[in-house]
Amino acid sequence: MAEVPEPTHRRRSHAGTRDLERYAGLFAERTGVMRSSAMRDLMAITARPEVISLAGGLPDTSTFPPQSFAAQMTRIAQESAAKALQYGPTEGFEETKDCILEVMGAEGMLPDPDDIIVTTGGQQAIDLVCKTLIDPGDVVICEAPTYPGAIPTLCSYQADVVQVECDEDGMQVEVLEELLAELRSEGRRPKFIYSVPSFQNPAGVTMSLQRRRRLVELARTEELLVVEDNPYGLLRYGGEPLPPLYQLDGGDFVIYLGTFSKILSPGIRLGWAVAPPPVMEKIVLGKQAADLCTSTLTQYFVREYFAERRWQLYVDDLVEIYRRRRDTMVEALRDNFPAEATWTEPEGGLFIWATLPDYIDTSDLLAKALRADVAFVPGQAAYVDGRGSHSMRLNFSGVDEDEIREGVRRIGKVIAEQVELYGALTGEVPLPEPEEESAPNVFPFRKAGEAG
Amino acid sequence: MKVAVLKGGRSLERGVSLRSGARVEDALERLGHEVLPIDVGADLVKRLVAERPDVAFVAMHGIGGEDGTVQELLEILGIPFTGPGAAACARCMDKVQGKDAIELAGLPTPQWFAFNQTAFREFGAADALGRLEETLGFPLVVKPSRGGSSLGVKFARSAGEVPQALVSAFSYDDRVLLERFVDGRELAVSILGDEPLPVVEAILLEGDRYDFEARYEIGRTRFDVPADLSAEEHRAVTEAALGTYGALGCTGFARIDLILASDGPWLLEANAIPGLTDTSLLPQAAEAAGLSFEQLVERILDLALTPQGVS
Repeated sequence: MAEVPEPTHRRRSHAGTRDLERYAGLFAERTGVMRSSAMRDLMAITARPEVISLAGGLPDTSTFPPQSFAAQMTRIAQESAAKALQYGPTEGFEETKDCILEVMGAEGMLPDPDDIIVTTGGQQAIDLVCKTLIDPGDVVICEAPTYPGAIPTLCSYQADVVQVECDEDGMQVEVLEELLAELRSEGRRPKFIYSVPSFQNPAGVTMSLQRRRRLVELARTEELLVVEDNPYGLLRYGGEPLPPLYQLDGGDFVIYLGTFSKILSPGIRLGWAVAPPPVMEKIVLGKQAADLCTSTLTQYFVREYFAERRWQLYVDDLVEIYRRRRDTMVEALRDNFPAEATWTEPEGGLFIWATLPDYIDTSDLLAKALRADVAFVPGQAAYVDGRGSHSMRLNFSGVDEDEIREGVRRIGKVIAEQVELYGALTGEVPLPEPEEESAPNVFPFRKAGEAG
Repeated sequence: MKVAVLKGGRSLERGVSLRSGARVEDALERLGHEVLPIDVGADLVKRLVAERPDVAFVAMHGIGGEDGTVQELLEILGIPFTGPGAAACARCMDKVQGKDAIELAGLPTPQWFAFNQTAFREFGAADALGRLEETLGFPLVVKPSRGGSSLGVKFARSAGEVPQALVSAFSYDDRVLLERFVDGRELAVSILGDEPLPVVEAILLEGDRYDFEARYEIGRTRFDVPADLSAEEHRAVTEAALGTYGALGCTGFARIDLILASDGPWLLEANAIPGLTDTSLLPQAAEAAGLSFEQLVERILDLALTPQGVS
């Protein structure tokens, strides 16, 4: 019954194709690789309220105490209104860097504050690194699968993205070495290697210590840059903490990216990059050109928040919540996914990566799942070359345990229908264990996901 | 005039529909109409009854908005609406029904076989696959019977690829068809009232011709309007499209998709509510005919208010 007035100042759309062509004639070449697709349209439906979305990557912000939020903002208004409403330094405030030092210190890192720049979210840090390092056609190496949000950034700088397969111990550094040799023989040198070594998005896997050491050593001997993206490092629910690449390397060949999004709030859009001084100098210039400085107001908020000295307790709370949600999702997968499916059991982070039999295309499955009011991210989103079509990314941080159980149950049901149908189509009774090799995009995890 | 613009809904093509709807709303405002935008949901009938629009502009795509459901409701409520009526929409949305009607009218459509899931699950239809693959040859096209854009459409290049393609197509609908692949130029004929608009040709610029996604991505497919056709080809193509429009009982507008092969046009399907976004084919065709988007919208409204009946 509510009469919601439509906004009256919507931008008018343009009259016709001639207009479109007129603009298109002005587009930069790089926009050619920025693509929209039917799948993206499909994702628009996941926002319907009745849909249980395991597709997002949202941290839970519901437990952040509103009174604490209110108190900090009030304090800022009373004590530093003029400054909080003013521009700030491009590199970010020293006080914000102190908070960053605390967060990085919690994982054993101790960077020079001068090597740090505060960015508008971790995403801007990725963008600035690309802006600083990539010329069109330059090779950039990523994990396979890789963070889906990094792909549009890399593509918009026209990088030639090459992906190196992961297994349960993260990026296969042995394969990386072969790739580097191959590239060298072609006279090509990758500009950087992008990795999320801990609780990777989307695969949920963590790079082993041995591989971390080897990767850092490779970077040093070959004088390559590694971009370590570590949004989830402090969200560990089991196993022993591993040293970040930055710590192993000392910061000579590793550019480190961090964020407050997963330990405090993504809404404040606060992240950072740590880079060797010559690289940082260019990143700062790039940042200046992009947005002059990161929000002063939210930097003040972080300063006030850290002054309460409760941030680690809040992270501990989140870890408890997420651990239960991860356990719930793993249990639900065991109960509801077919025997042929495999999945990762992450020791931290926000995501599980599940791989289905190779006759199921998860983009198509999403259409069926949406009719059952549940959503996930089809695996193709994590590859540049169309692979990943039998896998899916499932998020367990953004919804509660009941919704996780129900969401996974619904996905399990639509998968079971497709498995049964395939059996009827081929006369094959689905095997409890598929052959080991099959298509190259089957993520090679058999260990964690053996369903009963 | 008070015009309700029906858009969105729950279909898989919600995103396109919202873009179509927004563009139509702008045009209607510029034309001086009172616009009532409705993102279609459970309160649709209540809102229509309360608001009593003079006419409804249906800018919905896919199941629910393009299959006759919304049209049926509008017919019951006695609100004139744009585009084909409920029965015609149902025939257009369902490719099997549509192809039946096309064939019945004596028009050429690629040979096909249709199955529902029950046939495979309960009657062992898989055992008939070999026979029909022999009839249709390879590559063959597997499509969900009801579905828009390229969703769920797959090519199978060999018998081994057929089951997987069927599993994908069955993700969108309980009925699928396997269709002979016809090699030729991909054409779309939009019809406004009973006038064919200039023919649009889709030319794949890069990538695999069997990759349907590519056809809908800006930059990977070029659209030529009007298509470069000889007078003879043009006549054959528009006649086939008009015949299809009539056979399906379309009124108002529709877009007919076909392949022009060396032996003439082969009709694939009709879209009862073609996209109206700034990259959609109907507006492009209208523009090539000298109609601005506002003029197109006005004409569509006129047609809704003075029904022509089935031609």
